[in-house]
Amino acid sequence: MNNGLLQVEELRLHYRTTQGVVQAVDGVTFSLAPRQALAVLGESGCGKSSLARAILRLLPRNVEVYDGCVRVNGLNVMPLDEEQFRRDVRWSKISIVMQAAMNALNPVLRVADQVIEPLLVHQDQQHDAALARVRDVFQMVGVPLDFMARYAFELSGGMRQRVVLAMALVLNPSLVLLDEPTSALDVLTQANIMNVLKRIKKDTSTSFILITHDIATSSELADQVAVMYAGQLVEISDAARFFREPLHPYSQKLMASVPRLRDDTKLEYIPGRPPSLIALPRGCRFAPRCLQRFAKCDQDPPMIHTEDGRQVRCWLYE
Amino acid sequence: MTALLTGLRQLRQYPSAIIGLTMVFLLLLLSLVTVLTIPYSEAIRLWRGGAGVWDESPELARPTWFQLFSARKLPKTIIVDTRQSGKETADQPDGTRVVNASLRFEFPYDELPSAVGLWLSATYKEAQPFVILTWRKPNGEEVAFEERTPQQTDRYFVSRDERLRERLQARSVEEALFDAGSRGNGALLRGTYELAVEGILFEPDADLEARLVVYGKVHGIAGTDAQRRDLSVALLWGTPIALMFGLLAAVGTTIFSLMISAAGTWFGGRLDASIQRLTEINAMLPGLTLLVMIGMFYSRSLWVMLLAIILLSMFSLGIKTYRAIFLSLKEAPYIEAARTYGAGSFRIIFRYMIPRVIPMLIPAFVTAIPGFVFLEASLSILGLGDPDIPTWGKLLFDAYANEALFKGYYYWVLEPAALLMITGMSFAMSGFALDRMFNPRLRTA
Amino acid sequence: MKNSTLLSVRHLHTWHELRQRVFGRAGSVRAVDGVTFDLSEGETIAVVGESGCGKSSLAKTILGLYRPTQGEIVFQGQPIHAANAATLRWYRRQVGFVQQDPYGALPPFMNVHRILAEPLIIHGIRKAQREERIREVLEEVKLVPLTDFITKFPHMLSGGQQQRVVIARAILLRPQLIVADEPVSMLDASVRVEILELLRNLQSAHRLAVIYITHDLSVVRHFSERIFVMYGGKIVEKGRVADLLRNPLHPYTRALLRAIPDADAANAETDRDVPPGEPPSLLNPPQGCRFHPRCPLVMPGLCDALEPPEFEPEPLHLTLCWLYKDAKP
Repeated sequence: MNNGLLQVEELRLHYRTTQGVVQAVDGVTFSLAPRQALAVLGESGCGKSSLARAILRLLPRNVEVYDGCVRVNGLNVMPLDEEQFRRDVRWSKISIVMQAAMNALNPVLRVADQVIEPLLVHQDQQHDAALARVRDVFQMVGVPLDFMARYAFELSGGMRQRVVLAMALVLNPSLVLLDEPTSALDVLTQANIMNVLKRIKKDTSTSFILITHDIATSSELADQVAVMYAGQLVEISDAARFFREPLHPYSQKLMASVPRLRDDTKLEYIPGRPPSLIALPRGCRFAPRCLQRFAKCDQDPPMIHTEDGRQVRCWLYE
Repeated sequence: MTALLTGLRQLRQYPSAIIGLTMVFLLLLLSLVTVLTIPYSEAIRLWRGGAGVWDESPELARPTWFQLFSARKLPKTIIVDTRQSGKETADQPDGTRVVNASLRFEFPYDELPSAVGLWLSATYKEAQPFVILTWRKPNGEEVAFEERTPQQTDRYFVSRDERLRERLQARSVEEALFDAGSRGNGALLRGTYELAVEGILFEPDADLEARLVVYGKVHGIAGTDAQRRDLSVALLWGTPIALMFGLLAAVGTTIFSLMISAAGTWFGGRLDASIQRLTEINAMLPGLTLLVMIGMFYSRSLWVMLLAIILLSMFSLGIKTYRAIFLSLKEAPYIEAARTYGAGSFRIIFRYMIPRVIPMLIPAFVTAIPGFVFLEASLSILGLGDPDIPTWGKLLFDAYANEALFKGYYYWVLEPAALLMITGMSFAMSGFALDRMFNPRLRTA
Repeated sequence: MKNSTLLSVRHLHTWHELRQRVFGRAGSVRAVDGVTFDLSEGETIAVVGESGCGKSSLAKTILGLYRPTQGEIVFQGQPIHAANAATLRWYRRQVGFVQQDPYGALPPFMNVHRILAEPLIIHGIRKAQREERIREVLEEVKLVPLTDFITKFPHMLSGGQQQRVVIARAILLRPQLIVADEPVSMLDASVRVEILELLRNLQSAHRLAVIYITHDLSVVRHFSERIFVMYGGKIVEKGRVADLLRNPLHPYTRALLRAIPDADAANAETDRDVPPGEPPSLLNPPQGCRFHPRCPLVMPGLCDALEPPEFEPEPLHLTLCWLYKDAKP
């Protein structure tokens, strides 16, 4: 896995707020191969959106700590200055589809003009030449070509999300981050978009990081699954084994709380709330809510590599 | 309540808020102190003046602290009164009585006094006393004033005595009275001066008192105007008036605008449409012109102006802003919920929509206050101010009418202008800080 | 037999008028276009559909927020669709509303105590009784200890706690019916189950009927007895949960069920079968069956010309689909 597409080591992103320092991303390490899709699962407030921002260096002004190592195709991009990063990495190698992005389309531009923008900016192409690529990418995501001249408000939610996806794919990046891409969409539209993503993954060599709280939908795309809790990754595993038998107590509870359409298993819920990212408890961050806690949980567990190639941050697997 | 405290704590972060609020607080304190120490009727009396009030103030005197800027010692007003310094009464063999008083004073200043005046008050039944006045300079020179037969009150403006001036062959009476005369080099003579008052009383019960006022060139903390009025009265009293005016206008306008737009938005339909049309028409009306016309043809009373301003500003474009907010609020889930549990229209408007808007209002409200204060000042400068009540704008008007700037009486203009600016700045700073507090998007942190 | 009928809806239509345009005809958005059903005391039904199918409008019409354009709503024998002010006032005490957005549903400038006092004040409950009722209700939704929560403002509570306050407010006046519009879709996965269980417990404790509007079919099977599938302003399938999931009759229902994933790694291998096209415009619905442009089993000449009536192929399992024209209506 070391010569993979993306390697993230001890990535940290802390924000300064009036209430204190929010440790949104607190030492995240994982890697991703080409043509792979990683699902990052977590609930609201676990820091997963900040993780996306940290990888793409889309930082707000109140950053307190931002360090770690992010290697793209072996090259560490953290030391690059802002201009280099913008030119060489952001959007051309890694792009992002943000949460509710369909609401972020510019209402006064035609959708084709929006999608063409990265081409004009990054690759210095002429408008007409770039249009050919736009047509290709529209077809890839399944937007009919006669929609190119329309404005955002003339499209349905699902169509808009596809346009945003097209915008993320237009420079043929190696990795696309998707932050809750389907949470605002209906069931059928959601299924459609997941189909599109599946196809793109198969036909091109694009990798995906899918950040979501919707566990069922994540299984549509994921080859690997990472679970995030309170700023840390608590489990990294391949999809097949994760969905069958998750290791970390939190992952287990999470899976048990997802209602299944096709069987009648009793649903469980996790009492309590996740810790505030400002005042993190000592030791294992899930311990206060964990039914399997024991004495050692007062110490912060490291990421433990199991024999069968999975990773868990839990003393139970020592 | 807790919201207020957290709000105050947040405000501490902004230095401009602290400065602004401190200044506002000081202005309020000043108003309070003024109102308590100089009652309203007293203020009006001091400002309207008339007999007795302005007698002892010099005309167009600079503030006392002006001395700091001048190398020459400027004279203060000196009053010598026989009731304090005493007099001698001697009976004469022919049945008359002679009163002798010596009104003495020190004059250590570098500049001439602005005027000299003498008040004689006589008590008698039928025959008026006869008074001989002699002015003695420190160098022994004597100048005889005209003889007077005072009635009960006799005001003798020595400075305006033309015959005296001609007789003394001087440019002004003061020059002659305080000058060293032809012998000196025109420099002012310092030392002890004396006015000898010799009064002949013809009745056994008659009496005579004399009061000499040597008017200075500096007076009080604010100086005086061309009518001898102490400006500090107007400046001090102008504070509560300006604040009250600004506050009432801002409050009235805001409350009415709010209620109108809330009702219009909630009930929709024709009510909303008519309110919008009224607002648009009002926006095109020339407000200041209308106020000028009201002032000229109807009344210049402060209260009438206040009412007119509120009425004209009620239908301002603020309504459109509030309407935008209310329109989005109208669809808010909690309002929907309120309808399902049976809340009526008025309850929803007053208890669910308006409270939501109030935090956004507060900065706008605070920043609007100086606007109204300046509006009142502008109207006064145009000559439409309330004739009885002392306001800062009125001072500026008087200054303009008396050509204060041309004549070098800068203090008359600068003092009210400074207070207007301080008021404006303090509310503006507080308002902008409040705006940043209530509108998180404006923050830079 | 079953409990008595609480709510009876017949041929309900709610059309929203569009504002007159200068040129062209103004139309109406036919959000609810002919809905008929009965709800028994203490029963939970789930109304499932995607955005734009009219389910929210249906909920709001039943709540009395919209006036129906046509049709009847009868609650405990009282006609609500044409109610006078007094009847409406009485009705408001009988129906509680739980909304989707827990934060938006609570006035941000009122604390919990105030929020809960409002409905009681409006309906003239005296102070002493109000305090007691507020305490009762907070205990029922398990926001304890009371003193912790009574003075808090909405923004100080978590999403789950906010929704509990909303539920508490909904049951304050001892309603017989709760309408819940997507009550958990804005909450985290692990909190959803908690809230749904709470609703379930309240329902059995007070014999509440619940109309549960959602687009999440996976949740529905655990928390309701009957399912109504809504499409294009109409209820295209009605049935008991087990029946519907075992044997979905309407092609749209089948498409919905096929499109919903359960967490399983094998999903990544295959594409999902999704009907092409978009949900129908409620302004200009297609002629005949609303689903026919996207239906894989469309019968030309029939489905695109005539609107299907309701058929009952299985007992208590009804559908609006020409495929079942031979079943007894």
